[in-house]
Amino acid sequence: MSSRALQQPLGLRLTSASFLAIWCLVAAFPIFWIVVMSFKSPVDAYDPNALNVILGPNTLAAGKGLSILDIVLGIVVIWVTIRLCARKLPGMVRSHAPGGQVVFGWIIAGLVAVLGFLVVFFAILPVVLNLLNPILGPLGRDVIGMTPEHYKTVWIDRGFSNNFKNSLIVTTGVVTVSLTVGTLAGYGLARSGSTLAFWILIIALIFRALPHSVLVAGYLPVFISSSEWLSPVLGENAPTLYGKPMAVIAVLVAINQPFTIWMLRSFFQNIPAELDEAARVDGCSHFQAFRRVIMPVMWPGVITTGLFSFLLGYNDFLVTSLLLDAQNQTMVPAIAGMFNRETTTTDQVVAVAAAVSITAPLFFLVMAFQRQIVSGLTAGAVKG
Amino acid sequence: MNFKTFAAFVGPSVFMMLLFIAFPLATVFKNSFYVTQPVYETVVAETCTPGFLTQTCVTEEKSIPRLDEDGEIVTTTSYVGLQSYGNVLELGRAWEALSQGSWAAFQSIDFWKALRFTLMFTLVTLPLVLGGGLAIALMINNASRLVKGPVIFISLLPFIITPVIGALSINWLFRGDGILTAFLEWYLARDVAMFAQAWTIEVLLMVYRVWSVAPFAAIVFYAGLQTVNSDALESAVIDGASRWQRLKYVVIPHLMPLIVFISMIHLMDAYRAFEEVVGFSSQGYVITLQWLTYDFLVPDEAGNRSISRASASAMLTMIGIALLLIPLLRRTWRDHKGGH
Repeated sequence: MSSRALQQPLGLRLTSASFLAIWCLVAAFPIFWIVVMSFKSPVDAYDPNALNVILGPNTLAAGKGLSILDIVLGIVVIWVTIRLCARKLPGMVRSHAPGGQVVFGWIIAGLVAVLGFLVVFFAILPVVLNLLNPILGPLGRDVIGMTPEHYKTVWIDRGFSNNFKNSLIVTTGVVTVSLTVGTLAGYGLARSGSTLAFWILIIALIFRALPHSVLVAGYLPVFISSSEWLSPVLGENAPTLYGKPMAVIAVLVAINQPFTIWMLRSFFQNIPAELDEAARVDGCSHFQAFRRVIMPVMWPGVITTGLFSFLLGYNDFLVTSLLLDAQNQTMVPAIAGMFNRETTTTDQVVAVAAAVSITAPLFFLVMAFQRQIVSGLTAGAVKG
Repeated sequence: MNFKTFAAFVGPSVFMMLLFIAFPLATVFKNSFYVTQPVYETVVAETCTPGFLTQTCVTEEKSIPRLDEDGEIVTTTSYVGLQSYGNVLELGRAWEALSQGSWAAFQSIDFWKALRFTLMFTLVTLPLVLGGGLAIALMINNASRLVKGPVIFISLLPFIITPVIGALSINWLFRGDGILTAFLEWYLARDVAMFAQAWTIEVLLMVYRVWSVAPFAAIVFYAGLQTVNSDALESAVIDGASRWQRLKYVVIPHLMPLIVFISMIHLMDAYRAFEEVVGFSSQGYVITLQWLTYDFLVPDEAGNRSISRASASAMLTMIGIALLLIPLLRRTWRDHKGGH
């Protein structure tokens, strides 16, 4: 909008900006508020006065708080981490990872960054602060009530770490399998203009609209009795599929497949077909062309699709709560059990802490992959 | 690409969809006509209690589930026709309630209650999502380059958050002693209980849905706004069109395909609404169609899952999905024909 004719009067721009600010407040407030609540003692968390919830006088009175120094150093560590990740990390990955394995380089770099941050923030920083706080007088005195005890309750006493492990298994499985299967199918569909390909896409569209409870109603009886009908094939060791993460991964991959192939197809259509035709002229088979020519250039689309597969596996409540037994339960159904039983306000705040624990990885995901998520959202839409 | 290579590429994906989507769909359809239940047998049992001189003995007939040699309950599956559908629809009760003109009695039947709310939910949230999304997109478009990135980041949060958790986070704000309830009580100067009557819960469920889907609409519209032809806008200015007329006659027609796309996605997703009921624990007052199926699938106190009733309710839900899909499929078909 460079033209002067389209320039807007100041009043309109101010109104627009202030409404935008209100929207940002509405969008972020519920999430911000549960984060604040999760760090306070129950009395503070449910105080009718908003200022008391933020400052937490009761939590402070119980001797749990942060001093100005704590806050400043904490922000510095977070800021340095973000700067390092944004500036140094890409260069290091590029120089250390061998040619074709940039993706694995990124995975390793991400893990190192997360681990490094966790060690510095939760192990080194508290020790340093414990030494510094008593020396610095007023700067070292606690000003904001804040306690990590609810997180301790959730992760250690309530066994949330086990749920986290299960979530990790399920989402990793869903992302890898659905990308492997979906990439092949998406490529095949993008390069074939046949009527069969069109019908597969149409049927996938219908499948995408199905309510998941319909499908689960189909799986349940079959999965519960699977040791009976599998025994002629597998003999004595036939497994009961009900409750097994493997079965849930297969189910979620299948549910995700329609979306995945539509999205990957549109990404593959953007890769010029001349590329693989050139490879075919040089004597490659279709699979060789795919492996040598297409695979090196397909990663942006695959990563974007992978993000959405991750979200599906991670956010799912319906399938996992019905098909997994208690010991294999993932995080989201586990928290539903937590808040249904809640009786005291302490239990409620513990549930809030669990909710924040589930949200935190998503927060970092958006931070790291904002561009890919936006491109994924618009990819399907703009082309219709 | 010949058929064999095509099959090799597409095969695994099609196989998974057939095995885990098409096959369960067929079993659900079949199960909705059958009922599996334990075999009961009647046994004559004599229970005696010690008494003076003679024992007092009572002979009674009991029906107990028959057990096989492993001690498992023997079950039998029988064809019941449309009986499961009847159990879900409760047409007799519904007709009686309607003929007496009693809406409350009609709404006490789970299926009709769920259907009424699901339809209302879908239709009320649709214009709010479209309008809200468009407004946010226009505002982001107006904002200066510096704040666009952070604003999009914040806008993505409600969309990306786990639906159950998102619903819970709003639920906690409005709980009996939540911060926004306290604010409302202070503002209205009277007691407020958001979870004591159905209509406030319904409003909260819709607020949550708009909060979480409007960002999606906004981002798609924002991408669409980047491709608006600025020559068309400028010539509209020269023709003396006001800001509002430019929006109405240039921008919105340009965004029309996107509006159709978002409406379709939203109708499909809102009709399947489920996580809201879990997150707000609203099942006592407000339920949706998919939640009804879920509830049939969860084991009751005796550990039984009513699979056949769940199947029947699932098939009834599908009727709505089919109706929603027809225009979408017609459009895709037309595009396909036009494209070749």
